[in-house]
Amino acid sequence: MRRVAVVVFPGSNCDADTLAAARAVGSEAYAVWHRETDLKQADIVVLPGGFSYGDYLRSGAIARFSPVMAAVGAHARAGGAVLGICNGFQTLCEAGLLPGALMRNARLRFLSRPVWVRVEAVDTPFTSLYERGEVLEIPIAHGDGRFVADPRTAAELEAQDQVVWRYVRDNPNGSTNDIAGICNAGRNVVGIMPHPERRNALVLGGDDGARVFQSMEAGNATQHAVDVRAVGDHHLRV
Amino acid sequence: MTAYRVEVRVMPRAALLDPQGQAVEHALHALGFKDVTRVRVGKHLVLDLEAPSGDAAAAQARVMCDRLLANPVTEDFEVAVRTG
Repeated sequence: MRRVAVVVFPGSNCDADTLAAARAVGSEAYAVWHRETDLKQADIVVLPGGFSYGDYLRSGAIARFSPVMAAVGAHARAGGAVLGICNGFQTLCEAGLLPGALMRNARLRFLSRPVWVRVEAVDTPFTSLYERGEVLEIPIAHGDGRFVADPRTAAELEAQDQVVWRYVRDNPNGSTNDIAGICNAGRNVVGIMPHPERRNALVLGGDDGARVFQSMEAGNATQHAVDVRAVGDHHLRV
Repeated sequence: MTAYRVEVRVMPRAALLDPQGQAVEHALHALGFKDVTRVRVGKHLVLDLEAPSGDAAAAQARVMCDRLLANPVTEDFEVAVRTG
């Protein structure tokens, strides 16, 4: 049973769904308020979707300075698995834990509808139970979902297989190279704009997102830093 | 220490798509302002702060831009200082 910390910011609104999705696969999932500085020995950290701080200034720009983000950064630098969904993805980019940024959708509208994404990388802690090339139906719900990166960064993401999910059939927001989700160079930090926690059971219209959480609980992805969980409450930094 | 007013202009990078600017441009064209060839929409922030000098106020504001007010991946900024 993996310990999963779901960080709650003022304005998070997918935290309960994310906790439920993690518990549904048997994880010991708990909420961590953004003012806290301790992740309570989490194996995995998830930053959920929502509108932290009302998306003021830029989506995720203020959340990234929440006290808890120092611990999230330390966890990530120690090789710990981190997943950012939607606003969580925006926050990870703002924090510099993932490259690039998320900007206003190309056609400006807030979009809340299913999209199709192809799984491009299965060697991450959140995609190990998928087959490369599988197409999933997962909903989006975002106004700022257009992933952008400078040409050099975008080329690096492609060359190093850091694109984890890519939109197929249509690109809802105009993202660079149809990118829907990426990982960092260490492959332990992953961000995705669609919401896998909203498609984790057939009663919700599909379960294409369930294996994100099953992969996380199974923990059998290629880990670059094994279990660096630590001494007391402190993670060892690599 | 002197009170300064610092105005910060944050603009989307020129090379990036600015859908908000495009939408405003289209609306201006619809209103008959046919001569408009490009519109870009950014942010204007006004900060009141205490600093030993205008240069120090500008330097502080630039650090604020680097850390929070602008995203270096997508935005450029300019800082202008006025004595308050």
